[in-house]
Amino acid sequence: MSELTTTIDRGIVIEIGDVPVRVRTGDSAFLHLLERRYTGFVNRRRYAEFEFDVDLTPPRDVGADDDLRVLQRSGRWSLERGDFHAEWDSASKSGNIRQSANPHSIDSILRIVHTLVLSKQGGFLVHAASAVRNGRAFLFAGVSGAGKTTIARLAPGNATLLTDEISYVREQDGGYSAFGTPFTGELAKVGDNICAPIAALYLLAKGPKNQIEPLAHPEAGRALLANILFFAADAELVKLVFASACEFVSRVPVYRLTFVPDTRVWEMIG
Amino acid sequence: MKAKRYVARSSEIAARRLGNEMMIMSGRDSTLFSLNEAATVIWEAADGLTTLDEIVEHRICQEFDVEQAEALRDAEALAEALAEHGIVQLADQPFQYSPSGKEQK
Repeated sequence: MSELTTTIDRGIVIEIGDVPVRVRTGDSAFLHLLERRYTGFVNRRRYAEFEFDVDLTPPRDVGADDDLRVLQRSGRWSLERGDFHAEWDSASKSGNIRQSANPHSIDSILRIVHTLVLSKQGGFLVHAASAVRNGRAFLFAGVSGAGKTTIARLAPGNATLLTDEISYVREQDGGYSAFGTPFTGELAKVGDNICAPIAALYLLAKGPKNQIEPLAHPEAGRALLANILFFAADAELVKLVFASACEFVSRVPVYRLTFVPDTRVWEMIG
Repeated sequence: MKAKRYVARSSEIAARRLGNEMMIMSGRDSTLFSLNEAATVIWEAADGLTTLDEIVEHRICQEFDVEQAEALRDAEALAEALAEHGIVQLADQPFQYSPSGKEQK
């Protein structure tokens, strides 16, 4: 039955952070590529909160630094970069995507869509590795080279990796929860599709010894905001994300974690 | 003699006090500012109806150990820097407010 459903719909539902997004395409090869790429996050549910039809185009030669533009006009979002163009109607929650059969393009589009969804739910995407240990989630934030992949690689067997690159955070049950994501960094390992309440956020720094220092709220706020992903030129949503970040650092402990890159660092976590 | 300056907080920003700092983000370009305690006092008093001189005299000089002329110079520099980023508006006349609370030009 599930195979029949797939054939009829020519689409899959990619569910990240409990937000199901249906992606439809008439290209079977691209569909299979997406199924492999988002293993663990794909389901065959009939219901999806957002729907996108993908029109595949020939590959284009685009630079990595092509400007991204995310704008809303008259209730319609436009997401545009050199390698893709997507339109999305806020009311119907449906839209279309034009891109080549490049998984990086749709990965970027999904990230943008989730940043927009989360901005209205007290959440955000943040440059951070995250893992669950003893039922609690720990986030490790930092720019490229700060040690996100290293800390993820060093995680012990009883820690479940949510992501080594982009953490998914949402206000939930009076606290904040982290969800697994398929958004990978250097480790190229898709996270587990689970969620857990966040116990702490660590700002990573490599150093000569393992050390944890609590951060005051202003410093924590500045650091978190510097690591949040948000792409839309939309003043009202920017304000919401700012408010979410400030609320987060008021309620979740934030530390600077200086570490030597070996497994002993995890003796201090969880 | 310099004209009196009125300063009003912009509605295009989000602000939140974290610890002893006021964090302000521009909704226009996502630039983040953090104000120290003295700057926060000026920011909070920037109602568009009180002059910068009055804010300095009645708030800054009352709460901080600072000489008035020096405090006014610093306050003017701060207000102009914030105005450049759209965080506040400056005018030589008091701002007119509509019943909705939004300033009118």
